[in-house]
Amino acid sequence: MANKKILTWMGDGSFVELTESEIKEDLEGGTKDAADRGRIDPLTQDELDHLFDIYSSSSPPGHVEQGNEVVFTYDTTCNEIQRNLLPIDRTQMLQLYEKALGADTVELGHIDYSFKAIKPIVGYERSVLEQALLVTTVPVMYGAMPNLGIYSQPDGPAPNSSELMSAGKIEEARAASEAAIEHAVADMVFVASELYESGADGIDFDTTGAAGDPDFLATLRAVEILKKKYPDMCIEMGMSGEFVLGMHGDLHYEDIRLAGLFPHEQVKLAEKAGVTIFGPVVNTTTADSCAWNVARVATFLKACVEQSNIPVHANMGMGVGGVPLNSIPPIDAVARASKAVVDITQLDGL
Amino acid sequence: MGDVLGVAATHGVVSGMGGLRAAGDLVARMQMSRGMRIKEAKNFVANKLGVSLRDLTDPVIMAEIREDLQLGLINPQPGLAMGMEAKFRISELLGIEINSLHRFKGKAGL
Repeated sequence: MANKKILTWMGDGSFVELTESEIKEDLEGGTKDAADRGRIDPLTQDELDHLFDIYSSSSPPGHVEQGNEVVFTYDTTCNEIQRNLLPIDRTQMLQLYEKALGADTVELGHIDYSFKAIKPIVGYERSVLEQALLVTTVPVMYGAMPNLGIYSQPDGPAPNSSELMSAGKIEEARAASEAAIEHAVADMVFVASELYESGADGIDFDTTGAAGDPDFLATLRAVEILKKKYPDMCIEMGMSGEFVLGMHGDLHYEDIRLAGLFPHEQVKLAEKAGVTIFGPVVNTTTADSCAWNVARVATFLKACVEQSNIPVHANMGMGVGGVPLNSIPPIDAVARASKAVVDITQLDGL
Repeated sequence: MGDVLGVAATHGVVSGMGGLRAAGDLVARMQMSRGMRIKEAKNFVANKLGVSLRDLTDPVIMAEIREDLQLGLINPQPGLAMGMEAKFRISELLGIEINSLHRFKGKAGL
């Protein structure tokens, strides 16, 4: 029986046949990997058994356990439609999510999804948002990326920290990152304020930390300023990766070094800055099975949910959260990841 | 990355509360406005609506409730509240300020 072959997926979305024993080994390996890296507890045997039931079944799961359903926020509902070249207005895109997909919230965003890019056209974005808010009932967020990388020359105003680092100019590289932070904070506060003044139900800082610890610090500072300015503002911070890259290496927030933080540590700083909803990321590894990945994801997210005092909405899109790294992921693989993560971690949303 | 059916729709079917089909938007509003965790938010909304937790994801029961309370429906019916109109009712029901509603009232002189 232990050698019964089960058709399942690798982290890149390709099919693989594994025996029951191999799936069990993968689940144990995935939770051990997360526990070792994050210095957190591995999943319990009961939890591993539940994951085994999900990943050894010959048919996809229908639904999470009744009563365990969660709400969804999105990292731009518009871009998903625009990338498919559907020639419709962004307000209609939001309505599609609200009325055709049963979305609990929707998110307006620009195809050039960075705060820096939105700054010069924010007036237009405000008008689109104001119109959308008249015809939708669900909460409408506005989202964009901190994207600190585009503040470096030749695209941005600050010296290029990556080039300086490559040249061995460590202190100059760090100074360049710190200069970029100041520009990014100013843009994020300006754009978020404008959209909030137009009635946005919340602001989403998506893919926070994509340019490493300076990116994370800039966003924490922007959140802090915005929450002082608008205490009732809902702010979601969606991360870009499972740990904060040390592109600077010596940046701190509240005396905590940012480089190398994992989701259960990131959320504590997000809370201190004033974030309302935290969106952790756990990356999908393409060379391992989806079962291995999901056990790893559930281990990290369970620790994050336990540590958090604010709602946690895990990123479960392409290439994260146990969803295969493929732009058209197999529906069955997404369904199993969705059920596994919600059942095991008891998180607040996706 | 654009595969709405593969990701958004799949999560919606497997683990979602259904938005306007049920009470997903109301629970989301409590997370967003009060920072409530999911269980607290569900209990809060269920108490306000006078229903059980199980009813919050029941589209049949919730459609009747949303129609009766003018909370907006996924399939709008003639004469019933939709869009901004429904947000007046939601704000009153949940006892929360809705940013866009607040600004709408200011601009409309209400």
